[in-house]
Amino acid sequence: MENLNKIEPILKIQNLKKSFGDNHVLRGFNMNLYEAENLVLMGKSGSGKSVMIKCLVGLMQADSGSIEIMGKDITKLTQKEFNNLRTEIGFLFQGSALYDSMTVRENLEFPLRKFPEYASKSETLVLEALESVGLKSAIDLMPEELSGGMKRRIALARAIILRPKIIIYDEPTTGLDPITAKEIIQLMKGIQKRFKTSSLIITHDVDCARVISNRMILLIDGINYIEGTFKELSTSTDKKVQEFFK
Amino acid sequence: MIGVFSISPLIMAISLKIVQNIKSFLAEIGELSFFALRYFKELFTKPFEFKELLLQGYKMGNKSLLLVGVTGFILGLVFTLQSRPTLMEFGAESWMPSMVSISIVRELGPVIIALICAGKISSGIGAELGSMRVTEQIDAMEVSGTNPFKYLVVTRILAATLILPLLIIFGDAIALLGSALIENLKGDVSFQLYYNKVFNALKFSDLIPATVKSFFFGFAIGLVGCFKGYNCKKGTVGVGEASNSAVVYASMLLFIIDFIAVFISDIFFEI
Repeated sequence: MENLNKIEPILKIQNLKKSFGDNHVLRGFNMNLYEAENLVLMGKSGSGKSVMIKCLVGLMQADSGSIEIMGKDITKLTQKEFNNLRTEIGFLFQGSALYDSMTVRENLEFPLRKFPEYASKSETLVLEALESVGLKSAIDLMPEELSGGMKRRIALARAIILRPKIIIYDEPTTGLDPITAKEIIQLMKGIQKRFKTSSLIITHDVDCARVISNRMILLIDGINYIEGTFKELSTSTDKKVQEFFK
Repeated sequence: MIGVFSISPLIMAISLKIVQNIKSFLAEIGELSFFALRYFKELFTKPFEFKELLLQGYKMGNKSLLLVGVTGFILGLVFTLQSRPTLMEFGAESWMPSMVSISIVRELGPVIIALICAGKISSGIGAELGSMRVTEQIDAMEVSGTNPFKYLVVTRILAATLILPLLIIFGDAIALLGSALIENLKGDVSFQLYYNKVFNALKFSDLIPATVKSFFFGFAIGLVGCFKGYNCKKGTVGVGEASNSAVVYASMLLFIIDFIAVFISDIFFEI
């Protein structure tokens, strides 16, 4: 932990607050994500995890606090600058969020359309991304023809196609059977190793957290309640922390 | 006295409910207006999504063609069949082509085809965008740095605005064909004579207001469908609600636009 404090984080959240009327969801949340690390964020349903990541990717506006991505405060960026910065972030949605009306190929090409320089090599990038998730054969299928696990893999391929520096995983194993969940976790590890990405993983899955995390944060009552390695947190004597590892 | 006191809270509750409904209706009108303003703002800013515009135009036109054709044909057929006895009573059956063509081109064709398209296109857009909203596809688009409003909303509203006049012209033509068929079968009027009478009766002052208002009909259908779908909430139940209310609102808006269009046409073209 001492060593991490000396390194500049790739993602820095400071004193983030967000309320919905009288419901104070985030009450001053702080978090740092460092290069090439896997940070797991755990919290109960309704603890503000989703709100936090929505603020992080600009789907929601925080009431106060700052979010710095690669040294840039996103609250001070223009929409165009922020959109450019967004290409450095890959996002794996809980429900995969594949575009229903497009084939797998078109789904993967979608993030590339903003960049004319990728036009000539889009086929190569699509195939490479599909290869990374082991689904090269699904290239011309429609999302409705894919199983839940396959959809998650394709969504992961779409998230990494622009070679982002940060990948955010929102409940990556939720709704999957234990075997497919393990496969997805292994894929996430493989991608992190191959592309040296920094990963922020929001999960309820203790097994997933144990396998993948370098560091963990527990989000309780809108604040980062405790921070540490999986071993430190799982052996904690704090009752609130113990609840997560029962 | 007891009766008065027991009724009062009920009246109060009903009044309160009515006021709340009016308030939420006005709020929705306000939100719809802002949505329309955003559309016009985004319509003229880059990047322009031509490919998606063409795709949506093709989908809306292609998928509605059969429905519009069948509706138009039955409209012409029924209208002629129903009008014949009355005109015959006055010995005015020779006026049939003029009466049918003017009625269809000016009013019946645009309104009925637009209502059919409100059911088909507006509910389709509402359901599609609604399901995209609840399955986070719109969020995924935004996160990837693409403006979903521009990609999904602007293209659909513009496509509906441009396609509806074409569908209405097509529907009118088929309706006149249906009418000509009945006249040919029942009244021994040749197709050539029928169409001669139609073209003699129709003036530009009949065509222009009808065509202009059909653009507004298309805009209303696209706008309401997109508004309801894009702002869809409450999970999968919300998708059904978005689709349903898109048809209701679009149909209502069509009649309001029609009323305004007829009113303005009356000033400029002296109907």
